[in-house]
Amino acid sequence: MASYSTSDLRGGNKVMVDGEPCAVLDNEHVKPGKGQAFNRIKLRNLKTGRVWERTFKSGESLEGADVMDTDMEYLYTDGEFYHFMATDGSFEQHGADANAVGDTVKWLKEQESYVVTLYNGAPLAVTPPNFIELEVVETDPGVKGDTANGGSKPATLSTGAVVRVPLFINIGEVLRVDTRTGEYVSRATGK
Amino acid sequence: MYQSSKWQPTGSLETLTARAQMFARIRAFFATRNVLEVDTPCLSLGSISDPHIEVLETQNRFGRNATTYYLQTSPEYAMKRLLAAGMPSIYQLGKVFRAEEIGRRHSVEFTMLEWYRIGFDHWQLMTEIDQLLSELSGEQIECERLSYRDAFQRFLGCDPLTIGIHELQQLCHQHTEYGLQESDRDTLLELLFATVIEPNIGTEQPCFIHSYPASQAALARRQLEADGQETAARFELYWRGIELANGYYELTDADEQLTRMRSEMSEREQQAKSWRQADERLISALKHGFPDCAGVALGVDRLLMLLLNKQHIDEVLPFGGAYA
Repeated sequence: MASYSTSDLRGGNKVMVDGEPCAVLDNEHVKPGKGQAFNRIKLRNLKTGRVWERTFKSGESLEGADVMDTDMEYLYTDGEFYHFMATDGSFEQHGADANAVGDTVKWLKEQESYVVTLYNGAPLAVTPPNFIELEVVETDPGVKGDTANGGSKPATLSTGAVVRVPLFINIGEVLRVDTRTGEYVSRATGK
Repeated sequence: MYQSSKWQPTGSLETLTARAQMFARIRAFFATRNVLEVDTPCLSLGSISDPHIEVLETQNRFGRNATTYYLQTSPEYAMKRLLAAGMPSIYQLGKVFRAEEIGRRHSVEFTMLEWYRIGFDHWQLMTEIDQLLSELSGEQIECERLSYRDAFQRFLGCDPLTIGIHELQQLCHQHTEYGLQESDRDTLLELLFATVIEPNIGTEQPCFIHSYPASQAALARRQLEADGQETAARFELYWRGIELANGYYELTDADEQLTRMRSEMSEREQQAKSWRQADERLISALKHGFPDCAGVALGVDRLLMLLLNKQHIDEVLPFGGAYA
């Protein structure tokens, strides 16, 4: 794996820090007038998601992390692993454990495409698409006549996720949801 | 990457006009004070010994033996040679070069104003900087003066001259997650200064930090404080998060200067940094005899950024960074 000089690190670079794969978020150069220069680097630990800041002498080198983002389709779960298949034509399959899937578990839908982050060839994290369309499996009956204004109610979707939806939504409808905020966007169109 | 389409200036015509006016005002300021303008070479056969400043080199390959030149990082050594030769108070407004990170406040090539006042100490020179800043900004400016020690007391609650190394390592680690393995006091102090103190000083009026630890004297003479602690007669000027100037009550002792130069060169060697010819002609000049004086170098592009409220150095240069 290539290594990086701390003074060349840029957002998006993946490096090993304290034995953990991390993504660089930001790199600030600190140069005291006549003294040693430093780089203050903001990192996200790709295993835990924790964001933290570390200071390195400029020019120190960090080992690159063997981390690769791959587009994959979700297939099924066997109760222990969640199985994905690469969509690049290789049909390569990987099983991700609950740790790697994390919160994305509530957005897992068969045949939907996800970004699976592979670390040393094994799934480290699974990122859902920004928007996903899911069916409502449970909610209070819809209130007729109430369109735009008014309150909201909880609805359980096919994946188990619970989102706030407008009062007019009924069981069986397909909704478009923003996975980053967990918020209802609209009724799905054309489905 | 070179792109032929990027021909336009990075500074606006309005800014470049203000830049021209600032140059004219600086020259007028020194003319009324009988300080002479000098223009020492950009290319020199010797350079600085600083362990943490990297220098651009170039070669003249014309002729049988290539000659290596160093681009000046500041005209300090050459100007001091002029002073030793008998020149009166002098200033220089010109380009200097440093091989370092390019960023919001850093350009490889930048404009420096450096001047030396015979018979001044650093306190008198600070007062003259107040006057220059007032002249250039059109407002009355009186910079705050804060000693290095008081700055550490105020923002970190410790005395930087007496704090134990373990305590210092802990303090630095606590603020930056760096420091437990660092054995060099000055590196720890400088990192703490840059990350904790610098953002909090000079937020309105500019602020002089003075009386640095003796170990950070660079080319300044050392002095004794009332409690017997030794400090350096060095100051730096900070304004709104930008380091603007660095000045000394100049060291005149040739032997002491040579000792510091050699110690810096051996530090470079220990850190496996590239060898360069240190300009020992400065030592010869000091030996010949050097007047009592104070000198300062001020970043002109940075001052223009501050006065015009520009966020990036490229905005005050004719052709900054990738447009050069």
